[in-house]
Amino acid sequence: MRSIRPGTRSDIANPWAPVSEVVAAAWVIARKDLAIEFRTRTAFLSSVVFALLGLVIFYYAWDPTAVSAIDLAPGVLWVIFTFSGLLGLNRSFSVESADHAIDGLLASPVSRESIFIGKALANLVFVAAVQVVAMPALAIFYNLPLIEIAVPLLGVATLAAIGLVAVGTLFSAMAANTRLAELLLPILALPFFVPIVMAAAQATSRLLSGRPVAEASSWIKLLLAYDLIFAVACTLAYAHTIED
Amino acid sequence: MVRAIAFTPLELRQGAAQKIFYIHVPAAWVAFLAFALVAVASAVFLWLRDQRLDRFAESSAEVGVVFTTVVLITGPLWAKPIWGTYWAWWDVRLVSTLFLWFIYVAYIVLRGAIESPELRARYSAVLGILGAMLIPFIHLSVYLFATLHPLPIVAKASKPSLPGEMLLTLFVSLAAFTLLYIAFVRARYVYATERDRIAAAEVVDA
Repeated sequence: MRSIRPGTRSDIANPWAPVSEVVAAAWVIARKDLAIEFRTRTAFLSSVVFALLGLVIFYYAWDPTAVSAIDLAPGVLWVIFTFSGLLGLNRSFSVESADHAIDGLLASPVSRESIFIGKALANLVFVAAVQVVAMPALAIFYNLPLIEIAVPLLGVATLAAIGLVAVGTLFSAMAANTRLAELLLPILALPFFVPIVMAAAQATSRLLSGRPVAEASSWIKLLLAYDLIFAVACTLAYAHTIED
Repeated sequence: MVRAIAFTPLELRQGAAQKIFYIHVPAAWVAFLAFALVAVASAVFLWLRDQRLDRFAESSAEVGVVFTTVVLITGPLWAKPIWGTYWAWWDVRLVSTLFLWFIYVAYIVLRGAIESPELRARYSAVLGILGAMLIPFIHLSVYLFATLHPLPIVAKASKPSLPGEMLLTLFVSLAAFTLLYIAFVRARYVYATERDRIAAAEVVDA
């Protein structure tokens, strides 16, 4: 039976390991991370509270007679998504630094790609879970009929989350190994988040004003292209951030 | 000597604000050239793992960020009297250059945060390549933003079709700035080589 030996060039030279092996390994790693996180729930609750506080602060930061909530909401939603996402991402690799747990992960017979995809999946669930709380909160606080655009909004949210998590997982892996980890992650990642936030917010804004989905479609296509390209690039790049 | 070539043609020009183009455009050319070379050096480094490529990328990035800063300062200085505004969020070139600057700064900060030369080289290479992939997306995003967004009414000078004199001066400036880039990168590369050599020697002695 062909096995993937860690620490050799073979798992970099052969990224096309049978897909089911990679996915199975990734899922195990994702479940491990999620089990750790949801046992204590501290990072999740912190991100949720951060998002809620952000919604409140943004509302009060604007003059309600000058700007209506519906104009403000898309920007607020996606900016908060980004920053609460950063909080969660910080956690994903810092959890491995205790007792050098990452070494155990690297010594196990899984490919580098599986580790990355597993971590990314866990981050995706995390980000989605925060959104599940934040979006209804937005609808309530800002009095928005989000239910009417729920399906396209979910599509936008999924694409945005995938992009955020792909790039964010890679950079959090890199930042965790540096001196300024928590400060470095935003500096590295935020430029990459801008196309995501821009596309998501612009699409949401058009959806909210009752325009047909087709008008938001250019932005959705941009998100899709971004996701495809960066998901692949970051998965491949992750192998280079691990010592051989 | 290189500077003399760059600056003497300024005397030929009319319209003081327009002269800044002979600094702004060549600086922009060098800024993007420098990053393209960082990206290429990063990719080849990940393939060949030659430390010299990493030193070159480091040098090109530091020189590039300076030129990008020049572009971002000279641009708005020109724009305010001519366009009426310092900045325009619907202009792909402006925002792409701004993001180039952000990527450069992230690259340099990343390098500063890692002590191990080998790790630093690998991480910087990854960022160099990903950063280069980001710029087209920024370009596309701003283009979409501009075409779907109603353009504000701002007095904009159309890009002047350059008469022969100006064109020649521009090319001379481009050549001068490219020479400057090469000179700076070489100096910086020599410094990087010496620094690494001394650091390696210290490790051996200690």
